[in-house]
Amino acid sequence: MLGVELSFIWAGLIAFAVLAYVVLDGFDLGIGILFPLFPETHDRNVMTNSVAPVWDGNETWLVLGGGGLMAVFPLAYATVLPALYIPIILMLLGLIFRGVAFEFRFRTERWRGLWDWGFALGSIVATAMQGIALGALVQGIRIENRQYAGGWWDWLTPFSMLTAVGLLFGYALLGACWLNLKTHGELQAKARRIGMVTGVGTLALIGVVSLWTPFLEPIYFERWFAWPTAVFSALVPMLLAVCAFGLWWGLTRDKHLLPFLAALGLFVLSFAGIGISFYPYIVPGALTITEAAAPDESLGFLLVGALFLIPIILAYSGYAYWVFRGKVDPSEGYH
Amino acid sequence: MSYQFGTNWATFSDKAGPVIGPLMGYEVLTAFFLEAGFLGIALFGRQRVGNGLHMFAVAMVAVGTLVSATWILAANSWMQTPAGFAMNADGQFIPTDWWAIIFNPSFPYRLVHTVLAAFLTTAFAVGAVGALHLMRDRDNRHARIMFSMAMWMAALVTPVQIFVGDLHGLNTLEHQPAKIAAMEGHYETQRGAPLILFGIPDDEAEETKFALEIPYLGSLLLTHELDGEVKGLKAFPKDERPPALLPFITFRVMVGLGVLMLLVGLWSLWARFRKTLYTSTWLHRAALLMGPSGFVAVLAGWYTTEVGRQPYTVYGLLRTSDSLSNVDAEAVGASLIAFIIVYFFVFGAGTFYILRLMWKSPTSGGGGELAGAPTRAAGITPAIQIEATGGDNAGR
Repeated sequence: MLGVELSFIWAGLIAFAVLAYVVLDGFDLGIGILFPLFPETHDRNVMTNSVAPVWDGNETWLVLGGGGLMAVFPLAYATVLPALYIPIILMLLGLIFRGVAFEFRFRTERWRGLWDWGFALGSIVATAMQGIALGALVQGIRIENRQYAGGWWDWLTPFSMLTAVGLLFGYALLGACWLNLKTHGELQAKARRIGMVTGVGTLALIGVVSLWTPFLEPIYFERWFAWPTAVFSALVPMLLAVCAFGLWWGLTRDKHLLPFLAALGLFVLSFAGIGISFYPYIVPGALTITEAAAPDESLGFLLVGALFLIPIILAYSGYAYWVFRGKVDPSEGYH
Repeated sequence: MSYQFGTNWATFSDKAGPVIGPLMGYEVLTAFFLEAGFLGIALFGRQRVGNGLHMFAVAMVAVGTLVSATWILAANSWMQTPAGFAMNADGQFIPTDWWAIIFNPSFPYRLVHTVLAAFLTTAFAVGAVGALHLMRDRDNRHARIMFSMAMWMAALVTPVQIFVGDLHGLNTLEHQPAKIAAMEGHYETQRGAPLILFGIPDDEAEETKFALEIPYLGSLLLTHELDGEVKGLKAFPKDERPPALLPFITFRVMVGLGVLMLLVGLWSLWARFRKTLYTSTWLHRAALLMGPSGFVAVLAGWYTTEVGRQPYTVYGLLRTSDSLSNVDAEAVGASLIAFIIVYFFVFGAGTFYILRLMWKSPTSGGGGELAGAPTRAAGITPAIQIEATGGDNAGR
């Protein structure tokens, strides 16, 4: 009884870590995705400086998602990661290039172009692979005898390609809204134009993926169109519309924070939709939350620390954002 | 790393995850967030938060790395000397006593040995940079401070490290005698065992060829008795022995570098006493040469202990060959090659940039080489333009 409760608390915490990662690293990966659209070195310096003090903390949520999954749902960890072997490896390689480019592009004049490409391509590859991972997970993973039992290219499907494109648009939208918040002048105006385009793209892809998903698995169909969860199916599109309006309103009315919050809203709602579809499975159609959970001794031991530490982490991470609040202005020397 | 366990070691993750996972989870929660969260303030925030809070942020990054070492070494030590667990029907390790899991028999030794190794690695890297700039300008104040502090560390910590290393070895002898046998190149169990200085262990022939031996010293070092019994590899079934050649070599590399570190440390004490610490060109040359020694010794030590744990991931309980993911060899090979290429490229560039930074004369104000180029708030490493940060997530 207690074990069921612990595993569900942990499912919520892991979901929170993944969502925190998606929205936080989402906007700094978005900066990388938008890099090719900003060829000026000055713009690129401002863009990287706007996320330089915080991106490392943002990426740590990914480490918590991975390490935490191993700790509390080892069976899910041990089956999902082999299933997504190639996308995970490519994502890690992309993140390596993205990470070092922050530092290296300021260390060299001659090779800056190379590291700028590393920053952009690293961000794009990492994002695409995360999108593919999402699509492949939604489609389901074959598990036999506590092992992944599918093929090496199972993740490569039209649906996972679509979710990859969707996430690229989504992160680019977050990045553009972040730039709208942190910059001014020409750069900000351009970010707003990009925000409009990527906003439309993101909404369109959320729509297509949402219409496609119920037809992938009967359980999704039932979840979306049967009482009582159908309430959410009706509610989520309305809330999405509110966010879309906020985004449009903010970008056209010189609001700096509102578009970013609206874009975050789109992600939170989409994430909630995925959560509703999955429940009570952690690997759709294969493993439930209870089946994949580690024993109570493991769940309880880590939960004590997590409940104490996560609020503290949120507090000092928030403080770091507060320290670096306001517009990035390189002409001041940005001390 | 928190992803490689899943991609390449899925069965290990499923079985050992309930024990290893929470330790790594605590590492993320108590250490990684602390380091990453305060690194931004440490690098860029000095003007924004003031000196006091900036110092606090730097201290948090340092504390984070020590906390990180504690958790990950608890996890690794548990794999070497597992304790505090039971097995369930699915073949998973179930934690029964977290205190016993964390403070498993080899953990205290491995923790102290590894943290001291990190201090020495830094000391010799910093010492080499100081020595380089002293060779150019004996009066460079910053170079003097660097060199002096590094040599104090070398002189004081190296003897402690050798003592701790010996304790760690005795602990290994108690819990993993086959690893010691491989490190020593001993195949026969014997009383009054010699210390084999050099040789080539041959697992096929079950003997160490071309051995250069010092009689009785092996028993003396390991058992602290002249005729103490030292187990050889033949005392263990063939399929429970680690391969001997690699630990034998890497152990000698580590110990040899440790001895050289001790000599440089003592030399620096002598030079300090003679008031030639900043003028002795030969000492500076030696210190420069020893710059990478810590990195090499750390790697050699890890090869010794990890290869010496074979053929197990969880010592005596879970074989390495039973720990793998159900992944095609081609996929594993391709990812390994991809990582080698990327690391070669990225580490190559990084090493180049670090060496170039080290080559420049140290200054306290930062000061980029381009006119008007702003520097990091912390004022430590000059960047060409506007500050940027480096991350430290690559190894996770």
